[in-house]
Amino acid sequence: MLKGKAFIAGIFEHPTRYAPEKSLPQLHAEVAKGALDDAGLSFSDVDGYFCAGDAPGMGAINMAEYLGLGLRYTDSTETGGSSPVVHVGHAAAAIAAGKCNVALITLAGKPRSAGQATGTAPRTLGSAVPESGFEAPYGPTTSNMYGMAAMRHMHEYGTTSEQLAWVKVAASTHAQYNPNALLQDVVTVEEVVNSPMISDPLHRLDCCVITDGGGAVVVVSPEIAKSLHRSNVKVLGHAEAPKHLNGGHVDLTFTGARWSGPLAFKEAGITPADIDYASIYDSFTITVLETIEDLGFCEKGQGGRFVMDGNLISGIGKLPFNTDGGGLCNNHPANRGGVTKIIEAVRQLRGEAHEKVQVPNCELVLAHGTGGSIGTRMGSATLILGGEDA
Amino acid sequence: MSKKQKVPVPRINEETKPFWDATADRKFMLKLCGDCDQHHFYPRSKCPHCHSLNTTWVQASGKGKIYTHSTLRRAKVPFTLAYVTLDEGVSVLTNIVDCDPDTLSIDQRVEVVFRDNGEGSAMPYFKPAQT
Repeated sequence: MLKGKAFIAGIFEHPTRYAPEKSLPQLHAEVAKGALDDAGLSFSDVDGYFCAGDAPGMGAINMAEYLGLGLRYTDSTETGGSSPVVHVGHAAAAIAAGKCNVALITLAGKPRSAGQATGTAPRTLGSAVPESGFEAPYGPTTSNMYGMAAMRHMHEYGTTSEQLAWVKVAASTHAQYNPNALLQDVVTVEEVVNSPMISDPLHRLDCCVITDGGGAVVVVSPEIAKSLHRSNVKVLGHAEAPKHLNGGHVDLTFTGARWSGPLAFKEAGITPADIDYASIYDSFTITVLETIEDLGFCEKGQGGRFVMDGNLISGIGKLPFNTDGGGLCNNHPANRGGVTKIIEAVRQLRGEAHEKVQVPNCELVLAHGTGGSIGTRMGSATLILGGEDA
Repeated sequence: MSKKQKVPVPRINEETKPFWDATADRKFMLKLCGDCDQHHFYPRSKCPHCHSLNTTWVQASGKGKIYTHSTLRRAKVPFTLAYVTLDEGVSVLTNIVDCDPDTLSIDQRVEVVFRDNGEGSAMPYFKPAQT
C-alpha cells in the first residue's frame, strides 16, 4: 500500500499556450524549475526522474543529461496523456521502496506551434505495432475514434449532445477565471451543439484545445516533505489499467477507469462520495462522461443526466471538476492532459485554486488520466490525494 | 473512402500474410482457436482469450452489423469509420462505403466488399447489406 508513503511537494504549469520560440527540452527544463522552486528544492536534490514519450530521447536518459541530473532512478513509462498520473504512482512506489527520495516528473510539447491537426489527422504509428495493417488504412483519427464511442454511448443509454455539451459549459465557466486559459469565454449548451460538426456526434466545442506548454510535479519522501515549508499533499491511492479491444470483443461505452478507479479508492480507503474535487481527463466531452460513470460517481449510463444543469460547476454542482478550465478550455500541452489534471487537484487541496472556483474545505481530491484512445486502446490511471492529515 | 481515392496498402507481417493473401480471392479470414473455439480479431498466432497457440484460419461469412460509426466531416473527403460486429461475434474496424453516411444506423446489416490496392491484396470494407 502506498498510502502516506509519498507526498507531492511541488507543482508547476507553464503559463504559455504558444511557444514557437522555445525548444522542447527548454520547455521541460522550465516546468522542472518551476515545480522544484514551488517545492523549495533544487535540481541537485533530484534523484529520480520520470518522463514519457513527449520527452525527446531514449527514455529519460537524454533529458537527464540536458537537465544535468544525477540520478539513481528513472522511469519512462509511456501511456499517452495519462503518463504523468502513472508516474506519480510509480514515483510513490519507488520512494516507498527506497529507490529515490525526490522524484521529478515533467511533460511538455509544442503541437500548437507545429500547426498539428491533432484531432482530425491520422496519427501514424508507422511502426510494427501488431494491429497496424487492420486499423491505419481506415483513417482512424482522434476525433472519429472518440466519436464512435460517443455514438455507441448515445445508442445504449440515450445520452444526448446537449448533455455532452454541459461538460464543456462547466469547463468554460471555470476557465473564465484563469488568465492563462486558451479559451476564456463562457459558452452555452446551444453554442456547443451549434458549433461545427467535427466527427459525428462530436462538435468542435466537444473537443479539447491544442496548446504548447507543459507541467511538472515533484514527489518526495515523508522525511523530505516534513523538512519543506509547504503544505504537503499526501498520495493516498493510485492505480492504473490498460484497456484494449480484447480480441475483437469491442465495448466502447466504458474506459479503463472501470478498473483503475476501484483499486485506487480501495488503496485510499475512501469512496467516490468522499471526493471533494475531481480532475477528470477531458480530451473530449465524452471522455469525461464515461470516466465519471466508470469511477463510480454515478451509475453506468447515467453520466448524461449527472453532468446536466451545472453539476460539474464549482459552487453549484455536486462534483466540481477541472476548475482550471481543463483540457477543453485551459490547456492540453503536448496533446496530453495528465499533468494539468494533477496540478489543479493539488491547487485545490492547498486552497490555491482561483477564489471563484476554490472548493471550500477541500480535503480529498482525485485526478484521472486517459491516454491513447477510448476508441481502441488506452492507459488509464487514477490518483487520489489528500491533505497532510488525510 | 470514395471510389476515386487510392486504395491503401496495409502493413503486412509474417503472421498476418495469410489474411491479406486471401483478400485477393475476396475472402475475409478470421483466426479460430482450436482449444476454446472462439474467434478473435485482429488475427494472431496466439489466442488472446485462452492463451492457446493452437489457432487456425477460417473464412468468415463477411456479414455483420454496425456496432458504431462516425463520419469525419472535417476530412477533405468525409468518410465513415466504423466497427462492424461480424456474425462470428468479433468486431472489426472498417469504413462503411457505397452509402450516404446520413442514412447509417447502429445495428444496420452490412456486408464485406473488397477493393484491390494493386499490390497483391485488397482492402476489405463494408457496405449496407442488399437484402
